[in-house]
Amino acid sequence: MIASFLEAYTAPRREIPRRVYLTVSALVGLGGLLAWCALSYGGLVRSDFLPTPVAVLQAGIDMARDGSLLVNTTASVTEIMSGFIIASLISVPLGILMGSFKIVEAAVEPVTNFVRYLPVSALIPLLILWVGIGIEEKIAVIFIGTFFQQLILIADVSRGVSQDLLDVSYTLGADRRTVVTRVLIPATMPGVMDTLRVTLGWAWTYLVVAELVAGNKGLGYLILNASRGLFTDQIFLGIMVIGLLGLISDQLFKLIRDWLLPWASNP
Amino acid sequence: MGKLRIDNVVLRFTPRMGRPVTALDRISLEVDENEFSVIVGPSGCGKSSLLRLVAGLIQPTAGAIYLDGKLVTRPGKDRGMVFQSYTLFPWLTVQDNLEFGLKLGGMAAEERAAVARRFIAEVGLEGFERAYPKQLSGGMMQRVALARALANDPDILLMDEPFGALDSQTRSLMQELLLKIWEHSHKTVLFITHDIDEAILLGDRVHVMTARPGRIKAEVAIDIPRPRSVGVLTADEFIVIKRRIMALIHEEAVRAMS
Ligand SMILES: Nc1ncnc2c1ncn2[C@@H]1O[C@H](COP(=O)(O)OP(=O)(O)OP(=O)(O)O)[C@@H](O)[C@H]1O
Ligand SMILES: [Mg+2]
Repeated sequence: MIASFLEAYTAPRREIPRRVYLTVSALVGLGGLLAWCALSYGGLVRSDFLPTPVAVLQAGIDMARDGSLLVNTTASVTEIMSGFIIASLISVPLGILMGSFKIVEAAVEPVTNFVRYLPVSALIPLLILWVGIGIEEKIAVIFIGTFFQQLILIADVSRGVSQDLLDVSYTLGADRRTVVTRVLIPATMPGVMDTLRVTLGWAWTYLVVAELVAGNKGLGYLILNASRGLFTDQIFLGIMVIGLLGLISDQLFKLIRDWLLPWASNP
Repeated sequence: MGKLRIDNVVLRFTPRMGRPVTALDRISLEVDENEFSVIVGPSGCGKSSLLRLVAGLIQPTAGAIYLDGKLVTRPGKDRGMVFQSYTLFPWLTVQDNLEFGLKLGGMAAEERAAVARRFIAEVGLEGFERAYPKQLSGGMMQRVALARALANDPDILLMDEPFGALDSQTRSLMQELLLKIWEHSHKTVLFITHDIDEAILLGDRVHVMTARPGRIKAEVAIDIPRPRSVGVLTADEFIVIKRRIMALIHEEAVRAMS
């Protein structure tokens, strides 16, 4: 029995039955929940360090009732989506050009590689000076956090388009312009979608940094504010909502990719 | 249409770092109208580079290439190409892949569709018009690539080891298919391979290249009557020619070693 189990489940990349897959995922999730219950209800960890699951749920219900959960979530989603969409609108075309035209690469790559390694939090004082402490500052943090990474990744996608694919287009009668618009750009689309999906995840990780300054709403603000009063149940709630929204947006992206690019092979 | 003349072509690569490499050294060869010409040579001798020069994708360091007396300066649809790698547009269906070049040429939609269908039938892929490349096997993809090049009606067809990535059975089938298609189109073809059997089976003429820097070492006329099929691989006349070409290549290998 053990031998056949090993035989079936230790082969690299081998598909496993969907049922087994889901069972394993559910078991691990359940295990985590059980460990949490044991630690919190068992009194192994103080309740102001680790809230019980029910306390977190209760905090969620309370905040949903008084409307603050919706207000904070909406504020964060707005910031994330604005920063992310503005960054993507520029990084996608610029990245495609950067990966395929040396002249654009020469202009953009050095400064990108410089800015990309700056910690976003170090730029916050400047951002406050330049754009103030309103929503613009938050959007700017998300933008800076994602834009330069997107640019580098998308340039790589563009660079990776097979030379033979471009060359065969020339031999079919395409001119340069056509090769760019009808071949290079469509060929980058699966890679661009994957990059956007990954960087949207990264955008969420900048949320707390973005709402660090003079916030009065948002999930990051909620967490920071709760930490002042040591309301760990609310901290947990904030973290979980962020995780959940990240998960949902990731799955949405997957669906959109399959829907927009049915011809692309899966990564 | 489709007479190719390569005249004293030299190709030197000058990498940003390292020494310049002479890939091709004073290559001269001619491919007659309606001739199926094959180039064989060891790996790295510059076969692909030569084909890319003819396609106009790169420029020679010296010398010139003429198609029907016209100097080649840039790529154009008069020189269709099939690559060893898979070069179908993944976002287009088989039908749309075939129509790509025709559309650029400004052909009307109905005519385009008809031409594409005709060549899909010619390579035996009826029923796959609406399929995307990811749904096709390697052999099927190369058949579509061939059909796409033919549908564009080039004056010369350039093929760079088009069956090199296929398993030997699929490869035989593709060779038979190409022979069959060539039998009734008689397009001018310049075909590259390092498989001697393939060269003799397909070609009217085989040019043997030397190892780096690539030169034309010899030219062998293949006077095996057509129509041919893979059956000729065991014919006496085939073996005689094969022995000759192998001797030329062996001589070359020995020279390269010393
Ligand atoms: N862009 C390039 N820059 C520098 N050297 C190159 C470049 N392209 C090709 N070469 C060199 O030129 C020589 C010929 O290359 P080419 O690809 O034409 O050979 P080939 O005969 O097609 O080889 P194979 O049988 O492996 O396909 C090789 O030694 C290769 O390293
Ligand atoms: Mg080659």
